[in-house]
Amino acid sequence: MAKIAVACQGQTLDDQVDPRFGRAPNFLIVDLETLEFEVMDNSSIDTVAQGAGIQSAQAMANAGVEAVLSGFVGPRAYQALNAANIKMGQGLEGVTVREAVTRYKAGHVEIASQPSREGHWR
Amino acid sequence: MIIAIASGKGGTGKTTVAAALVKVWDRPVQAVDLDVEEPNLALYLKPELTGREISMMEIPLADQDKCTACGACSEICQFKAISVLGEYILTFPEMCHGCGGCLAVCPEGALSPDTRELGEVLWGWAGEIDFLMGRLRVGEAMSPPLMRAAKKRLDSSRDVIIDAPPGVSCPAVNAVKDTDVIVLVTEPTPFGFYDLKLAREAFTPIGAPMGVVINRTGIGDKGVYDYCHATGLPILLEIPYDRQVAEAYSRGEVIVDALPEYQNMFLELSSRIRDLADRRMKEARYA
Repeated sequence: MAKIAVACQGQTLDDQVDPRFGRAPNFLIVDLETLEFEVMDNSSIDTVAQGAGIQSAQAMANAGVEAVLSGFVGPRAYQALNAANIKMGQGLEGVTVREAVTRYKAGHVEIASQPSREGHWR
Repeated sequence: MIIAIASGKGGTGKTTVAAALVKVWDRPVQAVDLDVEEPNLALYLKPELTGREISMMEIPLADQDKCTACGACSEICQFKAISVLGEYILTFPEMCHGCGGCLAVCPEGALSPDTRELGEVLWGWAGEIDFLMGRLRVGEAMSPPLMRAAKKRLDSSRDVIIDAPPGVSCPAVNAVKDTDVIVLVTEPTPFGFYDLKLAREAFTPIGAPMGVVINRTGIGDKGVYDYCHATGLPILLEIPYDRQVAEAYSRGEVIVDALPEYQNMFLELSSRIRDLADRRMKEARYA
């Protein structure tokens, strides 16, 4: 049973994908076959000054997802997700989670081979 | 006696004041640039640098083979500088604050100390003036450990005048602590006023007496003056808004060299600073 995580502004399949990976307020952990999902609340990330991408990546590794979908991924999150063998689908800002998952299943999501954003820190 | 020239805000004239002050100081003096992110006191004092030391900080080095992915290191790290992802341990050296916690808690001995370069400490002479500065490596964010490395070379046989970094966060507090007098350089504008308030509040717990130098008087408003009067912050010097000062500064000249009429002003400032320090020492004796 393959699971993916989608960075999401809300808590349903019809909410928008959050452009940010590390600081997305929620992740929807979606079962690719049944579209059943659970919500992982990520709002506590606001209290982390630095390393949000790393922390979120760690949560993804613990959740055992095969891919994460978001708008973009920063350099440290990229490095961490890469180490955990998690694929990164990017460029999905502005669509719903349902649409993002459909595109992913159809193989229409660009999988990042490098970070798509500069870090926020330098 | 150690004097810090600080300000809540960049661009108010800290370096102008620090450079002029060391030039008129009539006792043996060490000029120290602790604004390690952008040191520029050397541009004015033009010292001949005679010594250099690279400053390093301890960071963890992970041994993938010994690591059992227990996650203890990652749990203790508040800065996410070390992470366990599945079976894989990953370090982010540039985020490490060097506390050594991860090395202490690792039950498998999978972490060993490595180093990263913080920057360099440089020293030399500008005539009679003993000169010392720190310069942070480009891309490095942790300035306090480099400042501590520079501070180890403070010369206690001399008076020390420190050009502190702007702002009121860790680097600025690090530069002004352990000083005998804090001189706050500000300008009479709402921006200067706002940052002066922050600086006074941030530095008050340090306990050193503070005084204010108001730069570019004649512009702005009365906010800074009213605040100084209301809170009892002494105004040590007012430097008029003068095109010649700006011209000298932009040529890399020290104001008291370029414009001799300013010499008395800064002599006056140095004696007021010493008065502040003396008063504190007397208070300490009777306390």
